Amino acid sequence: MSLLATLPVVIPMVAGILALLAVSRPRLQQAIGIAGAAALLAVSLVLMVAVSDGSVLVAAMGDWIPPIGIALVVDPLSAAMIAIAAATGLAAAVYALADPRAARTRAWPGLPPLLMFLLCGVCGAFVTGDLFNLYVWFEVMLISSFALLAQGGGKERLAGALRYVGLNLVSTVMMLASVGMLYGLTGTLNLADLHNAAIAADRPGALAAVAMLLLIAFGIKAAVFPLFFWLPAAYPTLPIPVAAVFAGLLTKVGVYAMLRVFPLVLGPEALGDTHILLQESLIWIAALTMLTGVLGAAAQSDMRRILSWHIISQIGYMIMGLALWTTLGVVGAVFYLLHHIIVKANLFLVAGVAERMTGSGELAKTGGLYKQAPWLGVLFLIPALSLAGVPPLSGFWAKYLLVRAGLEIGEYVLVAVALVVGLLTLYSMTKIWLEAFWKPAPETVSVRPLSRRESLAMLGPITVFALMTVVIGLAAEPVFIYAERAGLLLVEPAPYVETVLGAPR
Amino acid sequence: MEAWLALAAGGLTAGAVYLLLARSLVHFVFGIVLLSNAANLVLFAAGRTTWGLPALIPDGMSEPDGPIANALPQALILTAIVIGFGLLCFVLVLVDRVRRRWETADIDQIHEKALSGKDLEP
Amino acid sequence: MKSGPILNTSTRGLVPLMIAFSVFLLWRGHNLPGGGFIGGLVASAALVLDGLTFGPGMIRRRLRADPVTVAAVGLLVGVIAGLLGWFAGSPFLTGLWWKPIVGGAELPLGTPLLFDIGVYLVVVGTISALWLALAERRQGGED
Repeated sequence: MSLLATLPVVIPMVAGILALLAVSRPRLQQAIGIAGAAALLAVSLVLMVAVSDGSVLVAAMGDWIPPIGIALVVDPLSAAMIAIAAATGLAAAVYALADPRAARTRAWPGLPPLLMFLLCGVCGAFVTGDLFNLYVWFEVMLISSFALLAQGGGKERLAGALRYVGLNLVSTVMMLASVGMLYGLTGTLNLADLHNAAIAADRPGALAAVAMLLLIAFGIKAAVFPLFFWLPAAYPTLPIPVAAVFAGLLTKVGVYAMLRVFPLVLGPEALGDTHILLQESLIWIAALTMLTGVLGAAAQSDMRRILSWHIISQIGYMIMGLALWTTLGVVGAVFYLLHHIIVKANLFLVAGVAERMTGSGELAKTGGLYKQAPWLGVLFLIPALSLAGVPPLSGFWAKYLLVRAGLEIGEYVLVAVALVVGLLTLYSMTKIWLEAFWKPAPETVSVRPLSRRESLAMLGPITVFALMTVVIGLAAEPVFIYAERAGLLLVEPAPYVETVLGAPR
Repeated sequence: MEAWLALAAGGLTAGAVYLLLARSLVHFVFGIVLLSNAANLVLFAAGRTTWGLPALIPDGMSEPDGPIANALPQALILTAIVIGFGLLCFVLVLVDRVRRRWETADIDQIHEKALSGKDLEP
Repeated sequence: MKSGPILNTSTRGLVPLMIAFSVFLLWRGHNLPGGGFIGGLVASAALVLDGLTFGPGMIRRRLRADPVTVAAVGLLVGVIAGLLGWFAGSPFLTGLWWKPIVGGAELPLGTPLLFDIGVYLVVVGTISALWLALAERRQGGED
């Protein structure tokens, strides 16, 4: 069992190394990348089955027993996150086969090794059971994403990369400082042990300061209000496969860290009266993030920019689930997280195809796509409507859970904001639909059909993701049951803590 | 001792914020350096400042020769320094490339050029 | 960049010495201060000194491989050292020891040493790559 929990980190690392060694053979690199992502997906599915009953797998690194050593912990949430990360990585690797920008600018050292190291960092962050180790995995993820951002880019991307790098460096330093403070207060860094030690420390004021520092550190990574400026500057300049992975995964790692650390370590028992401060901050952040994101999107006229701003507004929904601090709220946030990664990555992939066919992502310069390629229109509408929360797609259930959780505890303003933002999202998606798909193509634009190779590599992942969106929507119950188990373990972490620390003492 | 460390960390952070807010990219890099050192100091102070031996067992003995210092914060700081060093190298390369492509190391000027420039793709 | 005879001569003498010292640090690292990281830093300092004196081409000649490949091999060695523990039935990264008697003395070899060698190679490869990226003003990112 110990190996199984280690594999999500080892597989992408080994694949990344092999791809790095194959740097002079692009074809081989691509094959290694696809094989690595596929293997990771297979392992994650095994893990999901193993923990689907709500159990927890623990692997003690180097045989050092927790809380002394670093433990890798797989619970339902991390298993599902790894699976979706692997699926996103696989989709990007396949899609990149047809992406001329990824293939032509043979920028050193190529996409596959960096993608694998990125997945390694992301999966490491998902499985680690140690706060300092979480910091280390964040760094692995960050350095790979820095390299992906900087490689072979134009002027605009360099300027975007500078903002991304600057803010994320500040975020990591704040995380490091808060890890130090937490260690000083509790004397441990193991997350399960911290759960007990933070309560035993009985220092609500100091712990609230740590919570605020961590909120800023994770908030920068998750791109919440008012710390999101780096995202719209950096994401639209990326090649599409990279943008899809970034949009799907990176900000969500910040959300995952919040979902993991706040209820487990900095819950009401540890923070006491000051917990209301954390919760109030989260509620305000959630509402303002949703609103600014969707309003920012409404002001844009470029597909990638619209979609980038919508990442921010969607993050607000996940924060809302956590801010409610009820079981249903957290379950809703988990459901949202799982559904959103698929939808968001897919929208970026569709935007890439649309750009390829019309030659531009600027809405005014596109058009006529529905006439030329009706199937692409359907493939766009599925994730787009799901993003807005139209039944019976996956996004409807995610929003439904959050709205119900909000009504249960009487957060009517937050619920109202969530519903309004849903409508505005629909407006943005309609705008893209009308401009890019429905409107006849401008005189100057000739819509170019896809080649056979492009159709396979680009539409394959899109179709699979669209099907997943529909399936999650139509068969929401199993997904909900899984999300409920994952969410319960976050809100009531006793089984998690007991499994990591061995038998209850 | 803790008070001095706290003062030092605070001073470093203040300097870092000043440098991070400067318009020059070079100042920005130095700001990052100061900030990560401030965080390392916090980490160091968190392990309690005591006088002790390195956490190593001398040859021929089965336990350390006297009270040892807490080795965990030291290991954490070493890790943080290594990671900070790698990131710093990357930022230097990035700043160098930005400076060459935009022909300035002033953030405001880059911003102005980005707003005025119509075709940004090279 | 021109270097004078003093730098030339002292570099010729210093570099082998530094490399030897870095290997010494690597070897004693398990029980005493030292280890793969410090050893790798000393070795990279030697390489960078070489590069400063004789130009970046010298580093490439000394390494006889792309610095990134060196780093990748080092990473691979580290992962293998971790996996060996698993093949022996213990968790990932568990230390295993093999102590043959060589010339009457016990020679402690183990997966921690292998791991340290991996770290050494990663440090040497990464720092050389970064230094070369700055020195040769080459296009391309690195990690």
